[in-house]
Amino acid sequence: MSGPNEEHGGLAPDEYARVLEILGRRPNEVELGIFAAMWSEHCSYKSSKKWLRTLPTDAPCVLQGPGENAGAVDIGGGLAAIFKMESHNHPSFIEPYQGAATGVGGILRDVFTMGARPVAILNALRFGAPDHEATRRLAAGVVAGIGGYGNCVGVPTVGGECSFHPACNGNILVNAMAVGIAPADRIFRSAAAGVGNAVVYVGSRTGRDGIHGATMASATFDDEAEQQRPTVQVGDPFTGKLLIEACLELMGTDAIVAIQDMGAAGLTSSAFEMASKGGLGVELDLDRVPQREEGMSAYEIMLSESQERMLMVLRPGGEETAAAVFGKWGLEFAVIGRLTDTGRMALSQHGRRVADLPIRPLADGSPEYDRPWTRTPPATPATISPDNRDPMAALRSILGGPAGASRRWIWEQYDHTVMGDTVGGPGGDAAVVRIHGTGRGLALTSDCTPRYCLADPVEGGRQAVAEAWRNLTAVGARPLAVTDNLNFGDPERPEVMGQFVGCIQGMGEACRALDVPVVSGNVSLYNETNGRAVLPTPVVGAVGLLEDLAARTGMALPGPGLALVLVGETRGHLGRSLWLEAVEGREEGPPPPVDLAAERRNGDFVRAEIRAGRVAACHDLSDGGLLVAAAEMALAGGVGAALRSPLVDAVAGLFGEDQARYLLAVEDPEGMLERAAAAGVPALRIGETGGGALTVGGRSSISLDELRGLHEAWMPAWIAGG
Amino acid sequence: MKAVVIVFPGSNCDRDAKVALEAAAGRPVAMVWHGDSELPPTDLVVLPGGFSYGDYLRPGAMASRSPVMQDVVRAAKRGVRVLGICNGFQVLTECGLLPGALLRNAGLRFVCRPVTLRVETVRSPFTNGYRRGAVLQMPVAHHDGNYFAEPATLERLAGEDRIAFRYMDNPNGSLGDIAGILNERRNVLGMMPHPERAADAVLGGTDGRALFDALAA
Repeated sequence: MSGPNEEHGGLAPDEYARVLEILGRRPNEVELGIFAAMWSEHCSYKSSKKWLRTLPTDAPCVLQGPGENAGAVDIGGGLAAIFKMESHNHPSFIEPYQGAATGVGGILRDVFTMGARPVAILNALRFGAPDHEATRRLAAGVVAGIGGYGNCVGVPTVGGECSFHPACNGNILVNAMAVGIAPADRIFRSAAAGVGNAVVYVGSRTGRDGIHGATMASATFDDEAEQQRPTVQVGDPFTGKLLIEACLELMGTDAIVAIQDMGAAGLTSSAFEMASKGGLGVELDLDRVPQREEGMSAYEIMLSESQERMLMVLRPGGEETAAAVFGKWGLEFAVIGRLTDTGRMALSQHGRRVADLPIRPLADGSPEYDRPWTRTPPATPATISPDNRDPMAALRSILGGPAGASRRWIWEQYDHTVMGDTVGGPGGDAAVVRIHGTGRGLALTSDCTPRYCLADPVEGGRQAVAEAWRNLTAVGARPLAVTDNLNFGDPERPEVMGQFVGCIQGMGEACRALDVPVVSGNVSLYNETNGRAVLPTPVVGAVGLLEDLAARTGMALPGPGLALVLVGETRGHLGRSLWLEAVEGREEGPPPPVDLAAERRNGDFVRAEIRAGRVAACHDLSDGGLLVAAAEMALAGGVGAALRSPLVDAVAGLFGEDQARYLLAVEDPEGMLERAAAAGVPALRIGETGGGALTVGGRSSISLDELRGLHEAWMPAWIAGG
Repeated sequence: MKAVVIVFPGSNCDRDAKVALEAAAGRPVAMVWHGDSELPPTDLVVLPGGFSYGDYLRPGAMASRSPVMQDVVRAAKRGVRVLGICNGFQVLTECGLLPGALLRNAGLRFVCRPVTLRVETVRSPFTNGYRRGAVLQMPVAHHDGNYFAEPATLERLAGEDRIAFRYMDNPNGSLGDIAGILNERRNVLGMMPHPERAADAVLGGTDGRALFDALAA
C-alpha cells in the first residue's frame, strides 16, 4: 500500500505537526490512531470538501442535507425518503464477497440509523475487462456478496448498473445505495445532547476485523493488495436484520436522543462525531465494550470496523427500555460511557486513562487541501467514416457483448420482490417501489457514463445527473433529489484532481438546472494501482416521486399498432458512443454535449404526457442510442417494432448518443406532435410497433427471438468461462 | 378465518404474508413471536419466508426447534391449517410435518424470478380455489429450494395426490419439478414460490390470490 505516510500512523508531516500543536505533547499510540483515522481521506474528505461545497444542497423538499448519516427529502403524506450511496471499492477488490456484502450492510445502517425502514437497495458496479484474469472471480464474488446481504435482510435490490473497462482491472468500483422511508417528524440524528446521558453500544461484539479500513481506503494499491485482506470487515446479515428490527422498535419509544452507526473508523468516528456535533465531551470505559476476542488493546477496540454495531445516546431512564428491546432481539447492549461537559474524548481501559483528546480542535483542525489540478484537455473529434454495413450487425455486437448484454444473470441473484412493493424491478429505466400502504411510489435509479467523464469531466458530470433525471422522468416520476458516489484515482495527481473538479462542476450545473439538490454522498479516492486510475466515475443515485402509481409507464412495448415517437433533437453524435467502442473498438472523441435547458424542456414535456395517460411505453435514450433503445423496448414487451425515417438511414441516426431524448410508444402521435411543437420540443414520428422482429427502414431486420437469445447469452456464458 | 403469522428472528416475508392474508380475510392477522410457547386460538398458521436464524446450520433447522414450533406441530396434528412459504417450507420439512428436504439450488446460486407452476391437485383447503391443471405465475426467491426425497416418498406423494404444484420451468433442480407438497391430512402445505408476492395487480400478477381467498372462504 502506498499513499499516506507510514510514519505517524499515516499522517502527513504537516498533519502530524498540527497534532503536536493541538495536544501540546506527543500523542500515544491510541491517540495517534484516532487522529489518523479521523483525518484520513475517507473520514475527513480533506481533498474533496473544497469542491463538494459548490454543489447545491437545498430545495423546499429537503429535510436533511449532507452531514448526517444520510439525506432526507419530504415525499408527502407525512413521510420522508432517506437515502445515500456509498462505495466499498477497496475492500471488494481484496475480498469481493465480504467487501460487497459489508458495503450493503453499511449503507443500510446509514439509512435505518435515521429512523427509516429500508425499502430498496441499488448498486453501481464497475469491473475490469471481461478477459482480464481477475474479473470473472471478482464479479461473481461481488454479486454473490450483495445478494447474500440484501436477500437475507429482506430488502429488495431493485436496480443498478454494471459495466466493464480495462481501467478497472486493478480497482473495481462497488457502490451501493439504500433508500428508506420514515415518518417525516421522526428523523433521528447524530448530535449528542444531555450531559450525563448514557452512551450505549448495541449490536455485534467488537473483534479485530477491519482495523485500518478507513486508512486502507485512503491509499492506492500496489501489487501487494492481497495482503490487505485482514483489513476487510466480515458481514453478518442475520445480525444486520435483527439490528434493523431492534433499532426501529426502540425508535418507536422516546428513549433515543441521538444515534450513529459504527462505520468507517468504528467506535472512534461514531463517538467522536456524536460528541462533536453536540458540542460536548464523552467519556468511555473500553472494558465495557462487548468484545469478541480476549486481550484486545484500546487501539484495536477504537479502530475495529466490526460490522452491525451502533452507538446511541439515551435519555435518562431509557436504558431499561433499550435493554429490553435489544434483549428480545438477542443483541449485545452495554452502557459504555457518559456524555460530559469537558469537550474532550476521554478513554479508559483497565482503570487507566488511555486517551484524552480535545474534540473541537481535532474536528476544526481537520486538514483541508486545495490540491493542484489541471483541466482535462478537450478530446480531438473522432473521425467517423460512412458506414453502409447492415445496422443489425452492429446491434448484435452491442447487445450481444459486454457493453450492452442483459444483466439478468446479476439481478436474478438479488431478491427484488421481497417486501411486496416492487412495482418496477431491475431492467427498466428507473425502479419503482410503492410507498407501503399507499397508491404512491418512489422511482429510483443510479447512473454514470465514465467514458464520457474521461473525455470531458464537465460534460460527463452534467450527463450523469441528466441521465438519472431522465430515467426518473421516463417512468413518469418527479425527480426530487440525488445522492452521489464520487470514485476517482489519486487526488495528489493534478490530472486526476482535474477530473474530480470538472465532474463536480458539471454535476453542480446540472443539479441547479434540473432542480435536484445533492442531499448525501460519498467520495472514494485513490482508486488506483501502480499509477493507473479508474475512469472518473461520479455515480448519481436519484430519487423521484410518483404521486399516482396508475399514472406511470415502463419501457415494455405493450402491443402492436402503436406509433413510435422520438422526443428530442438527433444530431448523430458518435464520439465516445457505445457504437464506436463495441463496433469500431475505438474510445475517441468528445462525449455528446448536454443542453440542460433542452433536458428540462423535453423531460417536463414527456412527464406531462405520461401523467396525462397518453404514453403506452417510454424509454430514455442513452448508451447505444435509438436502435438500442428500440430493441430494449421490443425485448421487454415481446412486441416488435419498425423504424422508418430518413433519420435511421445512417449509423449516426441509429446509434448516436445525443442527450435529452426519449422514445415513446403512443396511440395518438398527431396529438403528441402538436403539443410538442407548441411546447418547443422536437418530436418526430419514426415508426410503429408490431410483429415479431425489429426492422429498420424496411431493409434490415432481426427477429426478437434471435435478439433475445444473443442479449441473454453473453453474461452467463462469460461467467461460465465461455 | 383467524390467522397468525409466526415471526422468527430473520423472517423477512412476515409482513408480506400478513398483507395478503388481511386483504383476503378482511380482518387483522396476528403476528406471533417465535419465543412464545403457545399459539393463540387460530384456524391458520403461516410460516413466512426469510432467513430464520440466518440459515445457520441448515435453512429452517433452528426455527424448527424454536418454542412456538412445538405448538404449531401440535396444532397441525389437530387439523389447524399450516402454510409454509419458502423458508417456511424449509421449516416444515425440518420439523417433520412434511417429508423430504430442500437442498441448495442445482445452479448453486440464489434465484429470484417469476416461475410458471401447474396446479396438480385441488383437493386441499389451499388449492381448492384453482382448477386442476391451471397454470400460474408467481415469483421464487431462494438459495435452497431444490426439493429432494427418497424415490419411495416421491412415489407416495404422487400416489396420494399430495403434490400441490409443479414447476413448468424448474428453477432449482427439484425432483419431479416439485414446487409444493401437502401432508397426509392435507392441512399442511409447503411451497417455495411466493403466492403473497402475486396477490396484487400493481405488482404484476394476482395468481396467488386464489390461495388466500380459498383459505379465507
